[in-house]
Amino acid sequence: MTALDIKLFRDVRRLWAQVLAVALVVGGGVATLVLAVGSHRSMEETRIAYYERYGFGDVFAQAKRAPKALAGRIGEIPGVAAVDTRIAKLALLDIPGFSEPASAQFVSLPDSGEPHLNRLYIRSGRLPEAGRTDEVLVNEPFARAHGFSEGARFSAILNGKKRELVIVGTALSPEFVYTVGPGDLMPDDRRYAIVWMSEKALAGVYDLDGAFSAVSVKLQPGASEREVIARLDALLDPYGGQAANGRKDQTSHAWLDHELDMLNNMSRTLPPIFLLVAAFLVNLTLTRLVALEREQIGLLKALGYSDGSIVLHYFKFVALIVVIGITLGGIVGTWLGLRVTALFGDFFHFPFLVFATAPDLYVTAGALSTAAAAIGALRALREVVKLPPAVAMQPPAPPVYRRLLPASIQLDQIVSQPTLMMIRNIARHPVRAAFTTLGMALATAILVVSLFTRDTMEQLIDVTYFLADRQDATIGFSEKRIENVVEQVSRLPGVLAAEPFREVPVRIRHGNVERRITISGRPADADLRRIIDADLRPVALPETGLAISSMLGHILGVGAGDTVELDLLEGARRTVTMPIVATVEDYFGIRGMMDIEALRKLMREAPVVNSVNLSLDENRKEDFYAAVKSMPTVGGVALQRVSLANFRKTVALLITTMASIYTGLAAVIAFGMVYNNARISLSERARELASLRVLGFTRGEVLRILLLELAILTLIAQPPGWLMGYGLAWVMKTNLAGELMRVRLVVEHSTYVIATSVVVLAAVASAAVIRERIDKLDLVAVLKTRD
Amino acid sequence: MTHPVFTAKGLTKTYVSGEVRVHALNDVDLEIAEREVVVLLGPSGSGKTTLLNIMGGLDRPTSGRLFFRDLDLTDLEDRELTKYRRDHVGFVFQFYNLVPSLTASENVALVTEVSNQPMRPADALALVGLEERMHHFPAQLSGGEQQRVAIARAIAKRPAVLLCDEPTGALDSKTGIRVIEALLGVNRQLGTTTVIITHNASIQEVADRVLFFADGRISRIQKNETRREAAELTW
Repeated sequence: MTALDIKLFRDVRRLWAQVLAVALVVGGGVATLVLAVGSHRSMEETRIAYYERYGFGDVFAQAKRAPKALAGRIGEIPGVAAVDTRIAKLALLDIPGFSEPASAQFVSLPDSGEPHLNRLYIRSGRLPEAGRTDEVLVNEPFARAHGFSEGARFSAILNGKKRELVIVGTALSPEFVYTVGPGDLMPDDRRYAIVWMSEKALAGVYDLDGAFSAVSVKLQPGASEREVIARLDALLDPYGGQAANGRKDQTSHAWLDHELDMLNNMSRTLPPIFLLVAAFLVNLTLTRLVALEREQIGLLKALGYSDGSIVLHYFKFVALIVVIGITLGGIVGTWLGLRVTALFGDFFHFPFLVFATAPDLYVTAGALSTAAAAIGALRALREVVKLPPAVAMQPPAPPVYRRLLPASIQLDQIVSQPTLMMIRNIARHPVRAAFTTLGMALATAILVVSLFTRDTMEQLIDVTYFLADRQDATIGFSEKRIENVVEQVSRLPGVLAAEPFREVPVRIRHGNVERRITISGRPADADLRRIIDADLRPVALPETGLAISSMLGHILGVGAGDTVELDLLEGARRTVTMPIVATVEDYFGIRGMMDIEALRKLMREAPVVNSVNLSLDENRKEDFYAAVKSMPTVGGVALQRVSLANFRKTVALLITTMASIYTGLAAVIAFGMVYNNARISLSERARELASLRVLGFTRGEVLRILLLELAILTLIAQPPGWLMGYGLAWVMKTNLAGELMRVRLVVEHSTYVIATSVVVLAAVASAAVIRERIDKLDLVAVLKTRD
Repeated sequence: MTHPVFTAKGLTKTYVSGEVRVHALNDVDLEIAEREVVVLLGPSGSGKTTLLNIMGGLDRPTSGRLFFRDLDLTDLEDRELTKYRRDHVGFVFQFYNLVPSLTASENVALVTEVSNQPMRPADALALVGLEERMHHFPAQLSGGEQQRVAIARAIAKRPAVLLCDEPTGALDSKTGIRVIEALLGVNRQLGTTTVIITHNASIQEVADRVLFFADGRISRIQKNETRREAAELTW
């Protein structure tokens, strides 16, 4: 090893605290990238493997009663690789010791062999015996939520008749990763189950021998989904078929997709910001750190070292710091990534996890950090290296300080000498002060952008659950009912008010863009389930025309006054054109809304409803639950309060977990930045401060001179930090917006306060370290060096 | 007189420090011979260090010419100046300028690694009587010892000239004399032309010639018929 390299390692060891602080900043940026992209990739790979191994279908359709022989004809549709038919029915459950109404999707299992598609992963127990109407397999999350194991019993109302069922096993399925009950917004494992039963048994119960009510299709690679759906619809139409849909509109897949999408968007938004901020801070810090080496650089030049070898030496120095940072960040990022992947895997009940390795991420993060560090070092070296060695070995000539104000104004009579020194020092190095401020501001900004999701989630909850959908419960019927059911329901115990709700599936189209959505019809005077506009005011629907989510308007490229095409996917299927009369600000899903009368006219139908929204008397809830459980026509009951709790437990949890991790990493970066800034300021001014000590200044006074500047710059940095944080939050909000969920940008004051507190805390901690250094300031040694 | 190592003609240097313009060197003519020991004496700011820096290729004159043997230093590029320093010049500074993170022997190696026919660092340290202390860090050495390490570092590459700026300035007389002894020893054994800047008039007695500086000019030249040994010095 050459003497220069030995110097390199000894310098790194000598400056370990600063090296570590810079490495932490690099590491924070790297960890964010590795964590976010790594965990997203792992989830994505896991999902792909899960779907692949368990044969998740591509196209799904339902019918009232289709003959099994039709399966052969479906298989002949060009592009179809495999077909699986079965019976699928919604039913209410009665679970012992559980008063709230629950419901289940009953699905038939072939009596011999495995299903062709959507195969099960048996977690425990066995398959139900063929023909046994009492044996069922349930989805594991449901069993876990109730503490059920094999042998546990519960009841279900199947085809109007209550039956007792015994659990013989638990399973997972790629089809039901995310299980959302009818009418519900959020998954609820206690109140919604997937129940598998022998096909023979279920066919017997629903009188569907030799028939099926649901079909899944696997496509050949390259086949046109649209084409297959059209042909499948045509085949099923005579048998009460409902429009087929692709994976995109399959509930579980769509939600899973959305969650992964949010992860992906987070990983595309935050880590680049973190990495860039880290790179900038590293650049800033290393410029100053290398500039401090001025005299050593001069010496090396005097000894005959070429500019190139000196530059290389310092490049190695910063590269070593970056390598330490990348290593730290890589280890922490990978560890966090594994933890997050395991957490999400558990949340989605994946039967196994695939951990994706990502060497390209280290290369990307490493290259960016190294480049930033190298540029930082070069910027400092360019200044020093071009000086003749005789000059470089001298300390810099005294900087030219100027009066800030006309001589007639005696500033020193207004402020103390230390303050004056601080002000002059800032004024003398305006660029350095500006960059330092910018660095601190960025530290605050990345904290704000990590923290704001919390506020946004709370706002979304407020608007969705307390302003818009104010019903306590929604009863969904297995099939549409004539409107007098509303009156029937309003007579149930505990019901204070009831409003009808009619939902019609449609394909909405404008130009080449189309989406499958539901149009909900609601009474003009609806008070429970309201539509809220951007200003958070309730909107009354016009008597004709269609209102749509503004997100949908954005996707289709339409606004109020435009017309769209609608394929009605229920009843007499027609295609109509319809004017858009309003776009509505909402946070969940993309949907259409109409006056219920107008919708009925459009459907050319008698007054019918799919569900009823209810306001309940809190004290008579139990009576209501008991009554609704015995209604054979009910497919499911959604409870807002429970839904909200589930939202907090699920989506919000995922988002805030990620946000907390990001906040932690942001805090590390912020601390590294602030600490380095303080330490370097001390080194740059050591001689000056020691001279002051010799002149009789106390340690406290000297500390004050140094820290006053740090304090002022930290405080000045806060407002721009908040502003930049808000801007970054806006970028992130825009990136997070999806068809299933989006948020409105809300940043509470408390978020700014927390972000600033973290930075101030970092400054205070740095000040404590600096204090120790000042106490140890060697007056003689500092003054003995040349002047 | 043998062929001169340095020939200066009309050497002038002005520079700007802060807002002040300084005439550091004013039209200096000079020749220094091979193997000669020259002492530069004069008050602060009289131009000694500036001349030394220009001779060492650490700085450039504003006008005039300076030759090292036949090489015109005045017009050299940075790269050529670096090569000149690397091949021919050894420096000793008042404050030693050792790299604190390197041991004595490593500080010497810092130079030997980039020179053509260097001594072994241990031999160089032996020349200044420090072979016992070669694995100590600067902080573990006394001022005089540090300065001798600096001398060992300067001569390890067998330079043609040794330029010393106040080598004893930070030392007490006893240590200072040991340092001068080391310098003269090197001059004797290796024949290195040695230029020493000092404020200390006593040191002039070890020189072949003494150049007195004032206001950027050589005001007087004194030739010593006999050089005294360092051990005979007192101050």
